[in-house]
Amino acid sequence: MQNTNVAYDSKVEGEIIVTQADAVINWIRKHSVWPMPMGLACCAIELMAAGASRFDISRFGMEVMRFSPRQADCMIVSGTVTYKMAEVIRRIYEQMAEPKWVVAMGACASTGGMYRSYATLQGVDRIIPVDVYVSGCPPRPEALLDAMIKLQDKIGRERSVKNLTARNAKPAKAENLALAGAGKES
Amino acid sequence: MGYDLLVDVTAVDWDAQSPRFTGIYHLLSTTKHEYLRIAADCADDINPSLPSLCEVFAAANWHERETYDLMGIHYDGHPDLRRILMWDEYPYHPLRKDFPLAGIEVPLPADDVAEATGATVLPAPMMGGPFVSSADGPMSQTEPSARDESWTEQKEKPTD
Ligand code: SF4
Repeated sequence: MQNTNVAYDSKVEGEIIVTQADAVINWIRKHSVWPMPMGLACCAIELMAAGASRFDISRFGMEVMRFSPRQADCMIVSGTVTYKMAEVIRRIYEQMAEPKWVVAMGACASTGGMYRSYATLQGVDRIIPVDVYVSGCPPRPEALLDAMIKLQDKIGRERSVKNLTARNAKPAKAENLALAGAGKES
Repeated sequence: MGYDLLVDVTAVDWDAQSPRFTGIYHLLSTTKHEYLRIAADCADDINPSLPSLCEVFAAANWHERETYDLMGIHYDGHPDLRRILMWDEYPYHPLRKDFPLAGIEVPLPADDVAEATGATVLPAPMMGGPFVSSADGPMSQTEPSARDESWTEQKEKPTD
């Protein structure tokens, strides 16, 4: 994909590159996504395959799987979310530092999948905001890679300061919106 | 007797019949290689209970917790009869015949998460499948099952 945010001509600009802060910040963010592998069921096996040598997620700069939410910025929910587990997922999501993104991997995480039952949350987007949904049961590792590349595109298109303050699963309340423009100072 | 391995503890809900609940035990003899299945009816249909086997077989502990969780059978003398699959406050026993497969609306297990997200435990949308029940007659005869959608030259393709 051609990067339209950075234009550089060494004859004109010498050693200076002119660009936007958003473009630089997003460029840094999207090429070092640290995923939190929220492996809950069979889809997690494909997530592991995506990380192994044949598919090698590190080609796209997101191989640093972190099992601590404090160090991760993209939760990959791969598997069936039961109501009992929903609380845990929400808490882990809240512990992740902003900016953060969520990928719902597979039919179960996206919609409850084949588990139309009393015990299964019908889509993880009921408790946390999801950026990319991946279809399949399970999705092949290529599908996950495609989703992660789509997420990179999405990160590249975002306003970089927008994500500095806490998001809620519900639409942001008025005071949060006001803070979002002001960045981190309170 | 030599039946020294407890393989499974489960139960049956006979729905409209009485006695309604039957506890089932599967035992194996590791010396004679014989299986034994024991069925024990619960006298009380409303608050069914059975004696716990934990004293005899340590393996009974979690099996009895599961049967208690999903069928609501109390095992008297069990050292720690808590739910094992559903969360502690869950008010129903989902494998009973009068419990709909889709579920019944109750609050989420965690209050703060429920408040922050507005989510509840909702009945799952069944949309005619994958499992359907004809819904008339006692549920023991109308178990939800996969709908027969096969069709051939002789048998028409279902339309709905
Ligand atoms: S979508 Fe399929 S493979 Fe993935 S967790 Fe659900 S049942 Fe398993």
